[in-house]
Amino acid sequence: MWAAPAVRRVEWALKLKGIEYEYIEEDLFNKSPSLLKYNPVNKQVPVLLHRGKPLIESLVILEYIDETWKDNPILPKDPHGRAMARYWALYSDYKCRDATKDVFLAVGEDQGKAIKCLEETLKAFEEELKGKTFFGGQSIGYLDLALGWMAFWLGVSEEVACYKVLDIKMFPRFVSWIENFLKVPVIRDNLPSRDKTVEFFREYRQLQLSALGNA
Amino acid sequence: MAGEKGVVLLDFWVSPFGQRVRIALQEKCVEYEYKEQDLANKSELLLKYNPVHKKIPVLVHDGKPVCESLVIVQYIDEFWSHKSPLLPSDPYCRANARFWADFIDKKIYDCGTRLWKLKGEGKEEAKKEMIEALKLLEGELGEKKYFGGESFGFVDVALVPFVSWFYAYETCGNFSVEKECPKIVAWGKRCMERESVSKTLEDPKKVYEFVLVLKKRFGVE
Repeated sequence: MWAAPAVRRVEWALKLKGIEYEYIEEDLFNKSPSLLKYNPVNKQVPVLLHRGKPLIESLVILEYIDETWKDNPILPKDPHGRAMARYWALYSDYKCRDATKDVFLAVGEDQGKAIKCLEETLKAFEEELKGKTFFGGQSIGYLDLALGWMAFWLGVSEEVACYKVLDIKMFPRFVSWIENFLKVPVIRDNLPSRDKTVEFFREYRQLQLSALGNA
Repeated sequence: MAGEKGVVLLDFWVSPFGQRVRIALQEKCVEYEYKEQDLANKSELLLKYNPVHKKIPVLVHDGKPVCESLVIVQYIDEFWSHKSPLLPSDPYCRANARFWADFIDKKIYDCGTRLWKLKGEGKEEAKKEMIEALKLLEGELGEKKYFGGESFGFVDVALVPFVSWFYAYETCGNFSVEKECPKIVAWGKRCMERESVSKTLEDPKKVYEFVLVLKKRFGVE
């Protein structure tokens, strides 16, 4: 699905490794028989099909790609480095994403409180970037790809829900990382249209807020 | 602690997440020092080594911390790779194992907690989801001895601590895991034949007593 950050993660990894693939767009409001067949558990994208076998969950897919196509490794070699990358990727997918969702769907005073929680999660990444251009070091790696949703979709969330957390004074390293990340050719050339994405999430927010209002 | 050699585990006796790590360490015959943590009064050590989440388990290896139980289990598997591999060598099988371990993380503990914390519709919903999740896991297990096939593996480590919580879940939710998912119960018994599991898991009645304490603390009848 074109707007989904988890899908782009997988595409970035495939492109970084120079792997050719066929992209099939899924309508998540009208799921195809293929999607239901290959991901009966979650019924979600992304699903990577390789040699006829399905891989699901974007972070699991990233590791599969790294282990199958060994050139340009994206995870560090040493076990502690790998553990730290996995830990921060999970932190981003659970804590940061939940915090972002809370801000996105909050209104009024509640949004202020939710923003404070989101800022706390960003502080952790600001620390992690000490002495580094990218989370992977001199070039992007697994953790940059895992966190990549924050480089683009967090900005979209800010625009749609009218808030700001990506403050260069509060998070100078993180904001700098975003700029550098988005300049990497594989990333720069594989982002959805900003306008289309803002429109998509604006409509999504309306739907969600109506549903919450009616609950 | 920085610069100190050795393996230390910061943990809490009944935590299924901590138990995953203990089982993995025992499977690999790694000697370690166990440090029980008081979660109502967190130690300086815990706050130092897991400042972000302030949670157990934390494995500290030669002064370097690793957090999040499944991340720790993979670390143990990769560092002590010469003995009893927990993840298979084939990338597709590894991905499959990681997927199911992640599924267990997302479903079992959350449904279980809602089972003892909620009443009425909320509890029934949690029960339904728990049974659905266990049935999916039963499907994945199939006729295999373990989730890892002939060898005890990553998914087995991820799920087995919850076996000692089944009695608590069943009692709170008024259902029977054996009736709904007999293969899972049989698998649990096979796992208990392994010393790493039988020496780590708590008696289900003790776990249930612990849940009763939690229920009282949260004001749930």
